[in-house]
Amino acid sequence: MNANVPSSTSHYPTATNVQKPETHTLSVLVDNEPGVLARVIGLFSGRGYNIESLTVSETEHQKHQSLITVVTTGTPMVIEQIKNQLDRLVPVHRVVDMTISGKAIERELAMVKVRGKGDERVEALRLADAFRARVIDATTESFVFEITGKSDKIEQFVALMLPLGLVEVSRTGIAAIARGPDPM
Amino acid sequence: MTKHTATNDTTEPRQMTGAEMVIQAMADQGVKHLFGYPGGAVLPIYDALFAQKDVRHILVRHEQGAVHAAEGYARSTGKVGCVLVTSGPGATNAVTGLTDALCDSIPLVCITGQVPTHLIGNDAFQECDTVGITRPCTKHNYLVKRIEDLPRILHEAFHIAASGRPGPVVVDIPKDIQFATGMYSRPTEFPHTGYHPKLKADPAPIKAAVELMARAKKPIFYTGGGVINSGPQASKLLRELVQATGFPITSTLMGLGAYPAADPQWLGMLGMHGTLEANMAMHDCDVMVCVGARFDDRITGRLDAFSPNSKKIHIDIDPSSINKNVHVDIPIIGDCAHVLQDMLHLWKSEKKQADKKAIGDWWKQVDKWRARKSLSYRPSNEVIKPQYAIQRLFELTKDRDTYITTEVGQHQMWAAQFYHFNEPNRWMTSGGLGTMGYGLPASVGVQLAHPKSLVIDIAGEASVQMTMQELSTAVQYRLPIKIFILNNSYMGMVRQWQELLHGSRYSESYSEALPDFVKLAEAMHAVGIRCEKPGDLDHAIKEMIDIDRPVLFDCVVDKAENCFPMIPSGKAHNEMILGDSGVSLDDAITEEGKMLV
Repeated sequence: MNANVPSSTSHYPTATNVQKPETHTLSVLVDNEPGVLARVIGLFSGRGYNIESLTVSETEHQKHQSLITVVTTGTPMVIEQIKNQLDRLVPVHRVVDMTISGKAIERELAMVKVRGKGDERVEALRLADAFRARVIDATTESFVFEITGKSDKIEQFVALMLPLGLVEVSRTGIAAIARGPDPM
Repeated sequence: MTKHTATNDTTEPRQMTGAEMVIQAMADQGVKHLFGYPGGAVLPIYDALFAQKDVRHILVRHEQGAVHAAEGYARSTGKVGCVLVTSGPGATNAVTGLTDALCDSIPLVCITGQVPTHLIGNDAFQECDTVGITRPCTKHNYLVKRIEDLPRILHEAFHIAASGRPGPVVVDIPKDIQFATGMYSRPTEFPHTGYHPKLKADPAPIKAAVELMARAKKPIFYTGGGVINSGPQASKLLRELVQATGFPITSTLMGLGAYPAADPQWLGMLGMHGTLEANMAMHDCDVMVCVGARFDDRITGRLDAFSPNSKKIHIDIDPSSINKNVHVDIPIIGDCAHVLQDMLHLWKSEKKQADKKAIGDWWKQVDKWRARKSLSYRPSNEVIKPQYAIQRLFELTKDRDTYITTEVGQHQMWAAQFYHFNEPNRWMTSGGLGTMGYGLPASVGVQLAHPKSLVIDIAGEASVQMTMQELSTAVQYRLPIKIFILNNSYMGMVRQWQELLHGSRYSESYSEALPDFVKLAEAMHAVGIRCEKPGDLDHAIKEMIDIDRPVLFDCVVDKAENCFPMIPSGKAHNEMILGDSGVSLDDAITEEGKMLV
């Protein structure tokens, strides 16, 4: 017997985990049929995987295909499992790990509602300009800004708006695409 | 309804109702038996059944029984098992069976009735979200909303159930779709674009695996249910490869029979209740060749101490099985039969030889573990030891054409340890899900598929009561199944865990108020036999075999017997608890090992 294996105090299995968790963005190409999103999400909840962001839309109308972009966290072994489990679903055509391929562009869109008057209102507008956010709705006491970019840019913008009268944020979640001429 | 009979064998597309399509698709897929239970939402399909002779319907007593019967049918024939149940409770009752089939990769097609499409979502009578409920417990499922889709979906369902890693597929058909009329065509080329299981593996890992095997000094084959699922050819190739290499071989519960238990290279089953030689060899090996098994927790025990010094080769058709629990060095994704054929071909064409000296030393070590006789038990002349009962059952049935099913618990493990299988598809048991009540209905399905064979359900008195009513099904269809109950008046495995791990506090594990099984059998028009003495056992078993009717055999056994060897959960392969057989520990176990067993 290996003396270096610590003896368990319980008779029941304990989780053994040595790997560090990583965040990965997965692009999942699926048939656009009823229940396909439920299959994907059910797989995540049923097997205890995380979903940090989820974006779904039909991308090819003729082929009836949708692209699901999901951001998830797990150890490398778990990420590998997630990809294999997704690939096993019958309506799933392809699963691409955008993080491993390394050349992916990730973008997110947010609409940010800010309420205020006077200096704060002017300051919000100035910051929005600096972040290249557009005003898409305005009243005498509010703005709705539209901002696109990486998630951390949006996080930063939202944090700056917080003291200036932030009312509401609506975010799309991450969409991702590979750089270069080739499809995913 | 249109007047097209199911026996019409024209290949032209024909007009028929949805209900007729269901039966016609089954007939075209070669289905001979259908296990089911009628209800409001499937009445049109039962009407279509009434008018034809191709598909024989077997009326069960509970929908769970229908699914288990179809599993037994599928497992013993290699064909797709077929189930027909109604909406709501019919579908929910089938869920246990579907989950069982998913865990053990059994190909099934289950047709469920559904309320008419305009009522879906209205909480109608006997409505449930069948596709929602069965999504995580099927390989795939469908809700048919247009009659135009029905023929394609039915044929797809059979293809998906049987191909790749097999599994259950549910087709949920609303009643109005069953009544609707559409064009039916026979199965053609499978049109699905996204589903292509890979059968043939890449050559590179196969080459690497063969190289590694040729250099191995302490190798072992570890095989599983995937070999059985791959078909008889896979078992044949496995035997050739194992014999060509001279390596020892062990198997999971699900894989028993793929390699003949009578062969000297066979070490017996591994895992929680596996033999000492199998588990020690797994722990100490330097090359592990895993064929169609999935490193389940009952197999690995404590993961961080699982076979610490080996290079692992893993052959599996399902990529999600690779690296799920245990990191493997050479993954080979493909069907067992294809991969084994390629490996065997490479082994022979490159004139590979195992390291004879090293393998000889390895066998000496294995034989030392074998000499420990880990399955031995204290015999008795007073009470029937459950192990003895299985041994006698094996001896008295081994020369017959026998199929064995089991329930779940101690009796199942004793059956796996003491009943020896030399052919695949002879052993039907609930492995992954561990469903008590599996064996009796499964034996109904097996007996239907093999009417002339001897089909025995090795049962426990607790398990058998879960699906007891299927004895009526056996009587109705004159299926002479034998239910061999090892009756110890306890939920034996629960009692064993309570004894070993919970301070002998036998909380709710005593089988109180048991029925008189002999009278029960008689009340159900079957035959009851009771045996309480070891001396009477052979005679009673012979009597059971000779009766050409269903028999309920109440074999009263030692109440306190435990199933050994045992690796407690969370322990390593070399931390087995051995039985109190009186055989002293010898040199087979290291000094450090002795501290732990």
